[in-house]
Amino acid sequence: MSVLVDKRTRVLCQGLTGAQGRFHGEQALAYGTKLVAGVTPGKGGAECLGLPVFDGVAEAVAATRATASVIYVPPPAAADAILESVDAGVGLIVCITEGIPILDMLRVKRALTGSGSILIGPNCPGIITPGACKIGIMPGPIHKRGPIGVVSRSGTLTYEGVWQLTQSGLGQSTCIGIGGDPVHGLGFCESLELFLGDDETEGILLIGEIGGHEELEAARLLRDAARAGRGKPFAAFIAGRTAPPGRRMGHAGAVIGGAEETAGAKIDALRRAGASVALSPADLGLAMRKALERGVSSRRSRAVKVKVKAKTKAKPKAKAKTKKARSGRPRR
Amino acid sequence: MKLHEYQAKKLLRAEGVRVPDGVVVSRPERAEAAVAKLKGPTLVVKAQIHAGGRGKGKFLDGARRGKGGVAVVKGHAEAADTARQMLGATLRTLQTSENGQTVRKVWIEEASRIARELYLSILLDRARSRLVIVAAAEGGMGIEELAAEKPDAILRVALEPALPGGGWSLYVARRLALGLGFPIRSATAADFAALLRALVALVQKRDLSLLELNPLAVLEDGTLAALDAKVQADDSALFRHPDLARLEDPHEMAAAEREARIHDLSYVKLDGEIGCMVNGAGLAMATMDLISLAGGEPANFLDVGGGASQEKVEAAFRIILRDRAVKAILINIFGGIMRCDVIAEGVVAAARARGLRVPLVVRLEGTKAEEGRRILASSGLAITPAEGLHEAAVLAVEASRSAKARAGRGSAGRTR
Repeated sequence: MSVLVDKRTRVLCQGLTGAQGRFHGEQALAYGTKLVAGVTPGKGGAECLGLPVFDGVAEAVAATRATASVIYVPPPAAADAILESVDAGVGLIVCITEGIPILDMLRVKRALTGSGSILIGPNCPGIITPGACKIGIMPGPIHKRGPIGVVSRSGTLTYEGVWQLTQSGLGQSTCIGIGGDPVHGLGFCESLELFLGDDETEGILLIGEIGGHEELEAARLLRDAARAGRGKPFAAFIAGRTAPPGRRMGHAGAVIGGAEETAGAKIDALRRAGASVALSPADLGLAMRKALERGVSSRRSRAVKVKVKAKTKAKPKAKAKTKKARSGRPRR
Repeated sequence: MKLHEYQAKKLLRAEGVRVPDGVVVSRPERAEAAVAKLKGPTLVVKAQIHAGGRGKGKFLDGARRGKGGVAVVKGHAEAADTARQMLGATLRTLQTSENGQTVRKVWIEEASRIARELYLSILLDRARSRLVIVAAAEGGMGIEELAAEKPDAILRVALEPALPGGGWSLYVARRLALGLGFPIRSATAADFAALLRALVALVQKRDLSLLELNPLAVLEDGTLAALDAKVQADDSALFRHPDLARLEDPHEMAAAEREARIHDLSYVKLDGEIGCMVNGAGLAMATMDLISLAGGEPANFLDVGGGASQEKVEAAFRIILRDRAVKAILINIFGGIMRCDVIAEGVVAAARARGLRVPLVVRLEGTKAEEGRRILASSGLAITPAEGLHEAAVLAVEASRSAKARAGRGSAGRTR
């Protein structure tokens, strides 16, 4: 299986008749996504890309039995579009729009609590289950179906990670771009829970950034899962190790604040939780391979607990391996 | 978007929050007349730049060289003198760059009779997706320091966004008043409740992402006054606050950042020598990391965004090359929806139009990467193509080193 989206997911597109919506709608159809309708207030009854267009989400859901919605609506109207989908009971809402006001998102978050809807984004590339369903703006052909779950705060950096996985022969079960905004829907932790519970997913690649605390919580969750015997091998990368404090790096969420929000603190926490951490973005595929070879960290932590002897034996070996794999590359 | 202290205080005053009476001065010849409006004898003169730590900062030049950006003075003449000395001078604080920032405006206010100083702010708690009020009985010092030294001294109350008035309810004021040591039925506690309510409303009404009063003072007469105010407006919400957008001070942005803004590029200047042009913020940060792993230092963060047209690439070149420290440029594009062949054409055209004074390394991957590389190779321009991420960074670092070595030899030759 995959998580959240598959061949049966029926998608409607809010803002289908706009330039962005039409372009990415066409791409989604070409990929094989079951895009079933568009919603643009005032254009109900029209047709776009051969699909019916409705005035409202509730009406579209009633007519098409859509289970998911993707939003390409400009920022001033985007929060309203999300709320409309929540109200219509759409199970999965993917908001691509960048630049939604923070206060709008606080209200959206409140409305999501207790609703049956899951929001992905905003300001995200979307979600894809390779070969089955692509909702969002990611390039389809770099993906390949396989055992790795990918979750990331970034856009193109996710593509980079996915491409490296595909190149090294590791396909993906589902790739989730949770978005770069400080207030967003689905987080790392919820995504990881989904991957941990998914049969098809055998390993997880987490791509984080400076700013916020979510990667730290993710590390805690994965550590606890490993201890409980339900862990999966995972690799991680945190962008922004060299970013100066206090400066916003493009993403509204990527500002370093307190000590816990630096890349270094996150890398440490993820390592302690058993992650194979790539320090270079060129090594995402490699780190994932290593994580799979090493297996779940619980075995390691148990070994550590047993006796220090075991630890000292295991370490030099691991180091020698690392050196070999990276020989010829200058390292810090 | 950051506001100056004087702008923030004006916003606060309009909401009924007490702030000291003051005037803003931007032209030295106006200082005298402006100061005359204030009641003396003690006045406070404060340099207006977008950086904290002004009081502990130091002027790098002018008559106030070595002195700080906040001065308590006796009498109108001294206030006017101090303002004149600050205007046009360069102030360096912990939050400015090494070179400091030019002071173009000075705020002069009447001194307050302070009994106690508190800390109060409203900001986003991203972990909980709530606005949170943060308060401490010890104001004046940085909240980061206080958090490190006495975490228990910091009070926090989250606001419930579903409540009308942005989460305002009386218990919020009671909880904080008790924590700050105001007897619940005192006049100060009532004053505090009114102040909080006004601040919460202001944050909601103006889409502020930060409102910080440090210090908020209890005056000798028991009333509360905001002695300093730091306000940041949510950039994403400026479309519905054109009046706030107009308060942006273009001088506080480097010329390059201003130009980047016009072309819808996201640019942050850094201190290294390798200029970067990347699509996507995450990949751009990762590229900076990559450069430093390869032994170099990035000169900037630059995200060209989704549709990097020739015009955008050209603007990006211009902005990167404004920085004379740049010795090489690394372009890193992962083509998704944006095709690499289109990017390559844009890069070639921009490089032709601009002329390149530094080596250019280009790494293209993703959609139509092959075609893109071919276009670069056949352009006849001195563009170094790179395949892998790592290779790209190494090539850029090497190029910048040899460019630097050449420059070094050149200048040595001249001095001889």
